[in-house]
Amino acid sequence: MAAIEKKFTLEVPSSTENLAMIRDFVKRVGRQTGMEEQEIFNLELAVDEACANVIEHVYGNDTSKEVIIRATCDDKEVRISVIDMGRGFDPTGVTPATIDSLVSGRKSGGLGIRLIRALMDEVSYEISPGQKNELHMVKRLNSKRG
Amino acid sequence: MSNPFSVQVSCDEGLSLIRLEGFVDAHTAPEFEAAVQNEVVSGRHRLIVDCEKLSYISSAGLGVFMSFIEEVRGSGGDIKICSLLPKVRHTFEILGFHEIFEILDNETIARQRFGTA
Repeated sequence: MAAIEKKFTLEVPSSTENLAMIRDFVKRVGRQTGMEEQEIFNLELAVDEACANVIEHVYGNDTSKEVIIRATCDDKEVRISVIDMGRGFDPTGVTPATIDSLVSGRKSGGLGIRLIRALMDEVSYEISPGQKNELHMVKRLNSKRG
Repeated sequence: MSNPFSVQVSCDEGLSLIRLEGFVDAHTAPEFEAAVQNEVVSGRHRLIVDCEKLSYISSAGLGVFMSFIEEVRGSGGDIKICSLLPKVRHTFEILGFHEIFEILDNETIARQRFGTA
């Protein structure tokens, strides 16, 4: 018998002020799956990072734009897509620098994608510049990653 | 929905104590950054960041530590982090911050590491 799939969507104006609302949405989705609190916390962090990237770097804090968070879960995994209609910036194409080199270069960039990759089991990006860009993240239930 | 956050700074015995409370994300990190910046430009380079009441931190907040550590150490100071909750400590450790920063159990130990307790 096929697993029952649940779908949830949140659409918010592109403002960092809404990151708390996004994390709350993700927490509620995580609780639907029976994930442990630390796993839910990690999921919130990964989605926060992905959304903050869209808000600041894709939309440049333009609050007239919208960020869409789409979550699908079943008994095996949680799949979350962060969708924007911007010019398209593939964060997964960024090679994360080492922490030491970031310190010596006085840079703090690249930490977000490093966190996403560490916390999620799969990360991929689908890009159609100016139309729709989607960052897909998968967290398998009961995986030990992160 | 709000992003509850506060930062309080006090200074004694040549140490600046920065107490974080609540959620540090891309929305609230600029306030944390301004607090650290204010200490550094005022010539105070021995900083303890007390995270006992810190519930959450994203890369925007972690970046603040990264941005100032070289300058602070170059001036003979340091940024020491203390009292992290386990779930928040996990975020620091994923990024390897425990290899770069001294992460201590409490403020007293952090003060001792600066030689002032």
